[in-house]
Amino acid sequence: MKPEELEVKAAAELAKQQAFDVRLFTCSSRGCQSSEALGVITGLKAELKAKHLESRVQVNGSGCMGLCSKGPLVRMTSKTQKDILFSEIKPEMAGMIVDQVVVPVLEGKKIEKPGGDLERHTLNLSDPFFAMQVYSVLENNGKMDPEKLDDYIARDGYKALRKALTMSAEDICKEMLASGLRGRGGAGFPTGLKWDLTRNVESEVKYIICNGDEGDPGAFMDGSVLEGDPHAVIEGMLIAARAMNATNGVFYIRAEYPLAVERVEKALRQARAAGLIGKNVMDSGWAFDFEIRLGAGAFVCGEETALIASIEGKRGTPRPRPPFPAVKGLWDQPSCINNVETLANVPIILQKGAQWFASRGTEKSKGTKLFALTGKSKNNGLVEVPMGMTLRDVIEKIGGGTDSGLKIKAIQTGGPSGGMIPEHQFDTPVSYENLQQLGSMMGSGGMIVIDEHDSVVELAQFYLDFCVDESCGKCAPCRIGGTQMLHLLNKIVDGKGTAEDIKTIRKVAKAMQKASLCALGQTAPNPTLSAIRHFEHEFTERLLPVATTKA
Amino acid sequence: MSTPIDVATTVKGAAPKAAADPKDEITLIANKWKNKRGSLIMALHDLQSRVGYVPRESAMRLGREMGVPLARIYEVVTFYNYFKLEAPGKYVISVCLGTACHIKGSAELLAGMEKELNVHEGQSTPDKEYHLQAVRCLGCCGLAPLVSVNGKVYAKLKTNDSHHVIERIQIDKPMAEADHESLAE
Repeated sequence: MKPEELEVKAAAELAKQQAFDVRLFTCSSRGCQSSEALGVITGLKAELKAKHLESRVQVNGSGCMGLCSKGPLVRMTSKTQKDILFSEIKPEMAGMIVDQVVVPVLEGKKIEKPGGDLERHTLNLSDPFFAMQVYSVLENNGKMDPEKLDDYIARDGYKALRKALTMSAEDICKEMLASGLRGRGGAGFPTGLKWDLTRNVESEVKYIICNGDEGDPGAFMDGSVLEGDPHAVIEGMLIAARAMNATNGVFYIRAEYPLAVERVEKALRQARAAGLIGKNVMDSGWAFDFEIRLGAGAFVCGEETALIASIEGKRGTPRPRPPFPAVKGLWDQPSCINNVETLANVPIILQKGAQWFASRGTEKSKGTKLFALTGKSKNNGLVEVPMGMTLRDVIEKIGGGTDSGLKIKAIQTGGPSGGMIPEHQFDTPVSYENLQQLGSMMGSGGMIVIDEHDSVVELAQFYLDFCVDESCGKCAPCRIGGTQMLHLLNKIVDGKGTAEDIKTIRKVAKAMQKASLCALGQTAPNPTLSAIRHFEHEFTERLLPVATTKA
Repeated sequence: MSTPIDVATTVKGAAPKAAADPKDEITLIANKWKNKRGSLIMALHDLQSRVGYVPRESAMRLGREMGVPLARIYEVVTFYNYFKLEAPGKYVISVCLGTACHIKGSAELLAGMEKELNVHEGQSTPDKEYHLQAVRCLGCCGLAPLVSVNGKVYAKLKTNDSHHVIERIQIDKPMAEADHESLAE
């Protein structure tokens, strides 16, 4: 594809879309598919065909529209009126939507709010859940079919790549650095700096790798982005490749995400056929292509060097750094591993500019962040908020608090590497530094809400049990330390622990933090330590009475 | 640039065809992957998606055809949770134990399933009809708690829904290659 063809294709697609009076988008992400979203799509198509309305109404799949607990979601967009968002739609309700809403709209009527049975299946788009979010990475969801390349192009897709092809590698890195984008996988390393470091290593072969392992239990942001906007990630990787003179791209996706794998593979095929990747990227003479490699159920493979080992077909055990992957990575070649969400931000930054991106957020945490808001949260699902928004706004306004009838006790962020943040700290603005100061971390974006009935001791045990299970076993601090710490935590949960045990937990934790080979071992103690820090009474009230405690 | 290999079916599971000679499938897999560096895990995915697990004989043959020592293959299959070394039952019930599901009672759900099927987690029923396993986070956290049966997700379950899940399995008969749209009710 020649660069100037982008506008031609976009115009053609927009014209096609304009020909429809109404467009319907049904979430076709994995969660909604499990609730028969594909049946909803088939049902809508059948109803429209029966009424000979296919030329006036377009039926599409869509990426995640956020409120997963109320899925499947169907968004109606039309020329004549405001959008309507339907919720918990079953395939047999397709007829209702067509008869009670689509047909009247086609006839020129204005539907402010659907009545009858559809009333309780309609969401208010002015509700804080939607209105307070800031959509950037999720901008295309509900408005674009992720399985259509032309749809992506019509929404300015691949324009950022076109711009990058005219820039020097150094300039792309500078722009990324100026934007302030930091790794969204959790560590928060400046993306521009990582690219620049990799750029400065001369090599005939260089890899850009997308980390789609997303092993944090309770996190599904990356999976949703891969399913809902795969081209955005592909475009981000291409720009990254230009920024560091990479020669090959690899997608590493966990095997538990078959739909994400399917969508990415389809997107790559489409991009190849359109000349956006392959032997001659956008007619520039530059050759670049991608491979997909699967994970196989190992959390540790989310760690850079373990991920590399996994791509090499080995056990996923980390190795000491230096040398860092930027110098010696996949197949001993310089490699840059970036998180899915990080990459999805890249085209936006190049299109709208580093200044635009940096205008959102705090001084050191720029842009927006995706969170998987789950647990006892009333609104359960995928949200995108600007850095700097307070946790209280996210949990109580966007999340809607809880409908368990109980008080919210805390949230847990950062997955097994993170920590608990008690309710009285909820006025903290979201940022990498703030969450770390509270004893937690941003992590990849999992945000679990717990209430009064949930035990932080048992939640800490859950996370530690996970880490011990997932430990690769290579280094003693993690392998042995984790096991010993879990043993002590189990004692406490069973009511047989002592104050001495808590002291020992702290000592073991310190050893793990200082001496483990990788971040799994280094951060495994975090949930326990943060639980003790903020909720010590929950531990001490479970201890054996002092009289029976050994001296 | 070499032609990219179709990966999606590697993990979703090509319908286990009754191959004229099962050994031919191993050769097929080996030929597909042996020229790709480091593709052992992909080849094992391919094998497991066709047969349901990694049989020892198949592993040995795959190793010979790909030029990978058996020890290397076992290093990998014993490391990664995804690979099974024993034939599972017909319906593999994966109870998600991710954090969101845990908060919503997945431990009770698992205990209920163990009782319902009279097996421990990680075991198959004697008639090989069901295999019960725990998995870490399937990524549908907004619908917790949930189980996945051969890839079909049953979501928003109640913790005492074990019997109901078994009933649904008998009605839906979900198989790995099942068309999502054939939702028998």
